Amino acid sequence: MDSLIANLISPYYIKIFTLVGIYIIIALGLNFITGVTGQLSFGHAAFVSIGAYTAAILTTRLQLPFLASLLLGGLLAALVGILLGFPILRLTGDYLGIATLGFCEIVIVVFQNTEITGGTIGLSGIAKNTSLTLVFILVVITIWSMYRLQNSRFGRALLAIREDEIAAHVMGINTTAYKIQAFGIGTFFAGIGGGLYAHMIQYLNPTDFGFSRSFDYLTFVVLGGLGSIPGTVLGTTILTLAPEFLRFVDEYRMMIYGALMVTMMIFRPKGLLGGVDLAKAIHALKQKNKKNTLSGDA
Amino acid sequence: MFWQQLINGITLGSTYALIALGYTMVYGIIQLINFAHGEIYMIGAFVGVIAVAVFKINIFLALFMAMAVCIIIGVSVERIAYKPLRRSTRLAPLISAIGVSIFLQTLMTVLAGPQAVGFPQVVDDQLYHIGSVTVSKVQLIILILAGVMMIGLQLIVKYVKIGKAMRAASEDYDTASLMGINVNRVISFTFAIGSSLAAAGGVMVGMYFNSIHPLMGVMAGLKAFCAAVLGGIGSIPGAMLGGLFLGIAEVTGVAIGYGGYRDAIAFTLLILVLLFKPTGLLGRPIQRKV
Repeated sequence: MDSLIANLISPYYIKIFTLVGIYIIIALGLNFITGVTGQLSFGHAAFVSIGAYTAAILTTRLQLPFLASLLLGGLLAALVGILLGFPILRLTGDYLGIATLGFCEIVIVVFQNTEITGGTIGLSGIAKNTSLTLVFILVVITIWSMYRLQNSRFGRALLAIREDEIAAHVMGINTTAYKIQAFGIGTFFAGIGGGLYAHMIQYLNPTDFGFSRSFDYLTFVVLGGLGSIPGTVLGTTILTLAPEFLRFVDEYRMMIYGALMVTMMIFRPKGLLGGVDLAKAIHALKQKNKKNTLSGDA
Repeated sequence: MFWQQLINGITLGSTYALIALGYTMVYGIIQLINFAHGEIYMIGAFVGVIAVAVFKINIFLALFMAMAVCIIIGVSVERIAYKPLRRSTRLAPLISAIGVSIFLQTLMTVLAGPQAVGFPQVVDDQLYHIGSVTVSKVQLIILILAGVMMIGLQLIVKYVKIGKAMRAASEDYDTASLMGINVNRVISFTFAIGSSLAAAGGVMVGMYFNSIHPLMGVMAGLKAFCAAVLGGIGSIPGAMLGGLFLGIAEVTGVAIGYGGYRDAIAFTLLILVLLFKPTGLLGRPIQRKV
């Protein structure tokens, strides 16, 4: 499949599109934590790095098959997320964000001082297993499961927690358990994305997963529209492609990128698709069409 | 040995405290984590270098110049990037702040180059011995300057009219504006004071470590921010206490052999303190309205 695509578009574009797909998976995980459940997390990159290192170490050292190590990377990231969630999710709002930011920096330092991860030199020699086709399939699976999760009883409970935690608690929702589960699910997708990233870039360095990377993911979600799945996909796509399109301005690239972030926030503070629900929009459109045909008949 | 580490820790900590004050005052009034604050500190250090190395200005005058430039930048950042977002969701100004931070970082990298720049030696390296403790002249200057600035800030906030307005606005933003306080002016003033303190911190760190870098604001900003949260964000004495505490903890951690974990010490402390005292050491409990 990939050789077929390679005939059509250049390897550079394949790489960019693969990256967009990986970021979509990661950003949807964060959207589940921050957008749906309303828990601010500045430490998403830490879970991406846990997934990336786990998958990379399992394939290079233990020769485990790629897909199995990908899954194990996701599961380990989720496990760490759940273990961290127990104490840390008691914090609310900005304080939770700050604590996760601290966790993110701690993870980097730990990876820098551990031997198995290659320390500050980084981990190289990872096989290139990630293909555009695989990423595409995984993106579709992620989007599908996110829709299923959001529109389930569980997802509606999470939305209730986002809107008013105390009210949700009084209505009989075990807020702590739900928040921890949501955190686990979000970090699982971060881990999967991390494993894919490791096997695409083929080199890992702890500093690639700093808090500024966490902010990148948060920006994807917020710019697209918090809690909106199509919004997250759109936001991620635009913001991943933007620096590539801006290459012609060379060294001013990131300056324009920063200015772009400010401008977009000023004009669309709720995000590009904030408050837009695609399923509802399609439903409304159908209703309208129905009405039109009815009035046409009469 | 212990006293020596304590002095080194306090010197480092007082620079953290100077930056932390900006975070804490801004958060106290508009509940915004101003992620561009670390970049203001970095620009302050660069203005200091340019003033001393290119224009051959006296270091104290250079300090004032850095503070003046950063006041202008800080206030304009607030006007352009935060003011239009005052009434929107919590995350929008945060993203805007990150955008500003990326912008300023890249701007400085383009202007000054990505490599570290040496800070010229402006203070002779005279050492003072007090008992078993050795204090360098630079350390003494930093301690005195930081002390004077913090006391000055306390006096402004306690006794000057605009300082009282700041306290009123941080207590209740809406009521303060109903009572005839020009909240926009108060916010501008807060950004001005915070930025000038950060700039002073930048010049002092340049003097102390003799080297500055376009990306130096990132880690220093994060640690200062930790200091602000540790002490209880929104509280001015809290930021000072948190800064000193972090500086001492970091120096001690390195001294007992955890040099590799230097950057993690601050964050580990932060998480531990937050778990036991969720609003920081001197923070007020969060009010939960039902």
